[in-house]
Amino acid sequence: MKFAAGLKKQDVLRTGGGWLVAVVMAFPVFWMALAAFKTEQDAAAVPPKLFFEPTLENFVAMSERVAYWHHAWNSIVVSFSSTLIAIALAAPAAYVMAFHASKLTRSLMLWMLSIRFMPAVGALIPIYLILVALDMLDTRLALVVITCLSNLPLIVWMLYSYFKEVPPEILEAGRMDGARPLKQLWYLLLPLTLPGIASTGLLGMILAWNEAFWCINITATNAGTLALAIASFANSEGQFWAKLSAASLASIAPILIFGWITQRQLVRGLTFGAVK
Amino acid sequence: MRFWPLLLPSVGVLLVWMIVPLVMTVWYSLQNYNLQSPPAQFGGLVNFEYLFTDPDIPVVVWNTVVLVFGPLVVTVCLGVAFALLYDGPFPGRGIARLLVITPFFVMPTVAALVWKNLFFHPVWGLLSWAEQSLGMQPIDWFSSHPMVAVVIIVSWIWTPFATLILLTALQSLDRDQIEAARLDGAKAVSRFIHVVLPHLMRPLSVLIMLETIFFLSTYAEIYVTTMGGPGTATTNVPFYIFSRALQGFDVGLASAAGLFAILIANVIAFFFTKRLSEHL
Repeated sequence: MKFAAGLKKQDVLRTGGGWLVAVVMAFPVFWMALAAFKTEQDAAAVPPKLFFEPTLENFVAMSERVAYWHHAWNSIVVSFSSTLIAIALAAPAAYVMAFHASKLTRSLMLWMLSIRFMPAVGALIPIYLILVALDMLDTRLALVVITCLSNLPLIVWMLYSYFKEVPPEILEAGRMDGARPLKQLWYLLLPLTLPGIASTGLLGMILAWNEAFWCINITATNAGTLALAIASFANSEGQFWAKLSAASLASIAPILIFGWITQRQLVRGLTFGAVK
Repeated sequence: MRFWPLLLPSVGVLLVWMIVPLVMTVWYSLQNYNLQSPPAQFGGLVNFEYLFTDPDIPVVVWNTVVLVFGPLVVTVCLGVAFALLYDGPFPGRGIARLLVITPFFVMPTVAALVWKNLFFHPVWGLLSWAEQSLGMQPIDWFSSHPMVAVVIIVSWIWTPFATLILLTALQSLDRDQIEAARLDGAKAVSRFIHVVLPHLMRPLSVLIMLETIFFLSTYAEIYVTTMGGPGTATTNVPFYIFSRALQGFDVGLASAAGLFAILIANVIAFFFTKRLSEHL
């Protein structure tokens, strides 16, 4: 769109404001990244140092004290598999709700949403005791199952909103050809809504990667993700900011890069069908 | 319904996920059960009696409300402002937008650590340096304004989320409508109120509902910064249960508090889903 000429002042304001907001919002991450390459003295220096001699000693120290790759692998396994399983469970249900809606559909969706409203703390004690009884405390399987279940309602909801955008006539054609529901889902609906499914998956993975409550409470050294590693590292090395910053940077870097690369997809997913 | 086999997997697991913990929580809430002094004994309503006479409870509920509405107001207001800002083109908008959404990818534990150590620290923090440079007495955020500090951290994480949802909504707005309003002589403010805002109502209600879900269970930000303190100044319901259950080993009391949390969440969920079902 082209605004009338003479709005130059507004353009300048928008550019300045847009960049100011961007710099302010990203600054804490930038500042943390700088601290990761400082010596402890430089990190705590007053006045703060913007220019300094960078060092890698914090990353060396971190890798001696934290099993970084172990926890990173846990994060990857938990966020990928919990999201994939959730999508597999959710897709058939979302298909039925989108294309074969009945009187029950709306109540069913609201019920699912109301489960997501249930505070995780409400379930903490039972889940903890069940895991103790099953001897599954601090296992990746337990964390995968719980993360999957807690993200499932949102994933059903998002998939539903993407499926809803597909004209029913297309599936109608498939049915004429005698395709069973699962076949329609697999061969027609999934290819058509792949971008939507991808953004659903992205959001699920980010939520799973950053999930801290269950991770802190039911896992430890064996199945703990990076979210746990950083929390326990902070407890033991709380006063060593440079090392802490290095560990922090290392634990957000994978999802940050992943998020930056896929942000266009993600933006679509974030609207949860709220935008027509 | 002939489609029930397709619904069954997700509905089934969610049903189990809801009912099993709920039944167990109800059961344990009626028990006198401390992991340090087993076995469990039937205690009747004694946990609830203790819970509702605990002088901390009103504070804890109030903190929960503040921790939902504080970040909600901040993120929605900033989200609307930022979305309007990024709706128009300017040089480098793509990169600027990338920078704005960065906090969303930072896990809450890391975000809280960064703010706690590098910004809010009363001696070496960047804010205390800034305050001193301005000739002010440096503020010890976590002891004098702990709640404000936690709200700032939570808001920083979730403002990108609000911005993105609202920005996407704005970009789907019909430009001709705004142009027509402009030609009719509507000022920017009244264009916003009468054209833009009605268009944003639906995404706003979805945004507020989702953020409420997430803010009701704020936990990691408290865990790494204040541990609920000083005193109970930043203890919300999740953190209260955590400190009772896993630190006090009191399963009975924590279960009663868990039911209380579920009750609060359901009151709020009822309100939202009722409003939202009008939009579905």
